[in-house]
Amino acid sequence: MDLATFVNLATYALVGLGVFFYLAGTVGLLRFPDTLTRLHALTKADNLGLGLIVLGLLPHVGGAANAAKLLVIWLLVMLSSADAGQLVARVARRMLGPRR
Amino acid sequence: MDAGIFSAAPALLILGLGAYAIFARDVFPALLGFVAYGLVLTLAWVQLGGIDVALTEAAVGGGFTSLLLVRAAARLRASRVESAQAHVGSLTRLGATLGSGSVALALAVAVLALPEPPLPPAPEVAAKLPSTDVANPITGVLLAFRAVDTLLEAIVLLLALIGVWSLAPDRVWGGRPGPRYDADPDGVLAFIARVLPPIGIVVGIYVFWVGADDPGGKFQGATIVAAMWLLALLAGLTDAPPVSRRVIRTLLVAGPLVFIAIGVLGVVRAGAFLAYPEGWSKPLILVIEFALMPSLALTLALVMAGPPERVADRESP
Repeated sequence: MDLATFVNLATYALVGLGVFFYLAGTVGLLRFPDTLTRLHALTKADNLGLGLIVLGLLPHVGGAANAAKLLVIWLLVMLSSADAGQLVARVARRMLGPRR
Repeated sequence: MDAGIFSAAPALLILGLGAYAIFARDVFPALLGFVAYGLVLTLAWVQLGGIDVALTEAAVGGGFTSLLLVRAAARLRASRVESAQAHVGSLTRLGATLGSGSVALALAVAVLALPEPPLPPAPEVAAKLPSTDVANPITGVLLAFRAVDTLLEAIVLLLALIGVWSLAPDRVWGGRPGPRYDADPDGVLAFIARVLPPIGIVVGIYVFWVGADDPGGKFQGATIVAAMWLLALLAGLTDAPPVSRRVIRTLLVAGPLVFIAIGVLGVVRAGAFLAYPEGWSKPLILVIEFALMPSLALTLALVMAGPPERVADRESP
């Protein structure tokens, strides 16, 4: 097995795993019982799913500059989804009480 | 696109989300439908290769407009007008469906009727583009061949701002827009409002600067910069300035005024309004872009900040 095949296989595996986390996050968003657990499912999808997809795509974007841009996008999405998750969770707790 | 199902998926999603926005029972779910609609529309434009349009849709159509609508809905809810409006009549929904349906149908017919090869102007425009020294054809068309449209867009935004300001009661005319936001200074919002703006401002100016050669431009860049200011405003890290302040007013009109001045210069030197003298198109386009960008960012930010609500007698920290 040459290097190109190996890289392609790794891409399939990583992107496939990333898509699985998005799917799991979506199922969680639809099926989990309350706001906090739904948020938990969503932020996992953002952080892990996008991270795996970015990792899988890194060898194919052509050049270190583009790869760095992809990584920065992932970091920014992690930052914003974690913060948005915290903000929504706080509002939910204030409106619904600490335990629902 | 290779696989039919993948190119059809965004189109079907757009239709579904459009229908959802019309038929949703409450205002906020309808708005969420509209936000998602903007996101999928952005994807569809990327799929068609219209990256410039996709960026504009993401920033102005999906982002700016959605936030504006969310604010409007929140105001309605606060003033309890919503309870009267909550039951949107089926006649209104029918009208909305017929209206958007016929627009979509007319557009589809128009697009399908487009002649192949393209109409005479398209190859001609492509042939003349090098004379503007702008590599991005969208920017070339918007600022050289259809500059009047771009000028009017900038002025329409100013008119929108005047419309927003005119909602202020006489008592607070010229005061500070919106309430003073008091977020927890050590909270999550304050944290992200400190971390994100340095990155966002760089990205906004980058999107503006690459607009000459690659997808990007002043509208998209200005929206990003305005969003960073709004973030700091919502986190209580800064306060909105009184809209009667002279610096603010000057900055708002500076961009359009420079644009009009260069247009009048064209009448004198090149024989038509907004015509650029031979060999001067690139520098003049740059001057217009640089003058418009701050004006647009400030206009967008102030439209979002809302009408003045507080008297501007005291300087708050």
